[in-house]
Formats: sequence, C-alpha cells, structure tokens
Amino acid sequence: MEGLNYVGAGLACLAMLGAAIGVGNIFAAYLDGAMRNPSAAPQQFGNLIFGFAVTEALGIFGFAIALILIFAV
Amino acid sequence: MMVSTDPMHQFKIDRWFDFRIGDLDLSFTNSAFWMVVGVLVLIGFLAVATSKMKTVPTRMQSLAEIWYQFIAGIVKDVNHAPGKPFIPLVFTLFSFIFIANIVGMMPYWFTTTSHIAVTGFMAIFTIGLVVLVGIIKKGFGFLKIFVPSGVPFVLLLIVTPIEIISFLSRPISLGMRLFANMLGGHVALKVFAGFIPSLAVALGGVGMLMGGLLVMPLIVGVTALEFLVAFLQAYVFAMLTCVYLNDALGEAH
Repeated sequence: MEGLNYVGAGLACLAMLGAAIGVGNIFAAYLDGAMRNPSAAPQQFGNLIFGFAVTEALGIFGFAIALILIFAV
Repeated sequence: MMVSTDPMHQFKIDRWFDFRIGDLDLSFTNSAFWMVVGVLVLIGFLAVATSKMKTVPTRMQSLAEIWYQFIAGIVKDVNHAPGKPFIPLVFTLFSFIFIANIVGMMPYWFTTTSHIAVTGFMAIFTIGLVVLVGIIKKGFGFLKIFVPSGVPFVLLLIVTPIEIISFLSRPISLGMRLFANMLGGHVALKVFAGFIPSLAVALGGVGMLMGGLLVMPLIVGVTALEFLVAFLQAYVFAMLTCVYLNDALGEAH
C-alpha cells in the first residue's frame, strides 16, 4: 500500500475543478450584469473580489490536503 | 552548468546568522532579510514621496496619495465611519503584503509571503484583533455573530454550528490563500522555465533554442499574470480584513 498518498494527493486536486467552476461562474455573472448595466459595475467590484476570494478558498483547501498527503503523511 | 531546476529550491530558508535562546530559534534568515528589504523600500518610498508635501502634488506624492486613498476607500466602503481608526492597520497590511509579493517577483529574490509561517501569523493576528475589538466594543453581544437574526429557532440549531465552523476556518483560509497563491505561482513559473533545460538535455543545443523560443512567451505571460496576482492577493487580504472587522464593528446581521 506504499505510495497511495500520492493517489490521494492527485484526487484532492479535484477540489480545483469545483473552484474553477465557481470562480468562472462568479466572473461570468459579473460580466453579464456589467454588460447590462455598466454604470453600476464599479460599485460591485469589491463584491466580485470578495466572492472570488471566498470561492477560491475551497480550491485552496484541496491544495492544502494534497500538500499534507505528500509531505506530512 | 550548475542550475537548479528543482521548483521547490527557491523556497529554502537559510540561516544567515545562527542565534538561539534555548529551543527558541531567532536566527536571521534569508526570509527575514528580504522582509527587511521590502519594509525599507516601502518606508523609503513613502518618506521620499511625502517629504515635501505640496497642495498640487508631484508625481511621487500623487502616487503615495493614490495608494493611501485606495485603501482608505476600501475601509470606508466596507466599514463606513467606525472603520476609520483601522485605516492605518489595513494600509500597513496591504502595503507589506504587496511589497513582499513584488519583491518576490524579482529574479533570485526571496518571496517571504510564500511561507505559511508568515502569512499564517498575519491571518491569526487579524482574526485575533477582530475578536479583541469585538469583545471590547460589544462584550458578550459579540457572540451574536453566530446567531443570525430573523432565523427560526429550529434552523438556528443547524445555522449556529455552521457559523462557528465558518468563523474558525477564517484564519486558515486567510493565511492559506496568500501562501498557496504565491507558492503555486512561483512553482508554475519555475516548472515552465524548467522546460528549457529539459529540452536541452533531450534534444541538444538546437532543441533548447527552438524550445526556448516557444517557452519564453509563455513565461513572459505567466510572469505578467503573477504581477496581477501579487496585487490581487494583497487587495483580497486587505478587503477580507475589512469584511471580518465589520463583524466586530457593524451591527448584527
């Protein structure tokens, strides 16, 4: 059973799939809204970055688990 | 040619002056050195920019003013009037992270923010400050952030544990985000750059030239993206600090 932690690390990278879909959705929705009402877009930039950061954190948790599996197990 | 192509080699910490008290390791490392460099660059720039202040600013002065107003704008947007005392703190955090990230982008210079010891400390400090300010301002009322108003009692049994877990995961995600972004970006840069020596080994000089011509634009593009990330992560850290401070300063949500 040696080396299965590397398989786990690879599987943990699937978290990036979810984060990619989420971040893509956020920017798509922002652009969608900004194209419809460009004058309201700048005020929502902070919310865009906040949503991006919170979504991205989930992908980073997967990355952290991969690091733990490689270096700490 | 003794060039290291190991992408993790750039994050190695070297003790330059060994200094220990018992088990406490207070050595002056390369990480500490580049932190000092970053802070000196920052203080030097701001000192020169604000030395001869005029009503009509010079270029340097207006750059410093834009920098400060950018941060003051975030704090005012998120925290409104009660956030005013925290503008210097958020400005310091943003400037330090931004300068450390930019210093890390220079070839052969060390990225201090690519170590979780550095970013994790800043995150724990930030959340600790939020808890402290919340307790000073609201006392036990600070615990209301775990109990959202207008939620039926049955749902509270589910929502409150979720709120507590979400609060506890904040220092982890705050520190982890900056660390993982800087680490990931720099590893990606090194891996792309490592294609060239690999091609040279596999195909010889001509292969290295042809491969290098292909890889070079890619590296330039990734480097430009990394400069964007360097700014964006400092901005995200500053903004999340403001949002978390809002729990301590603002009214219950």
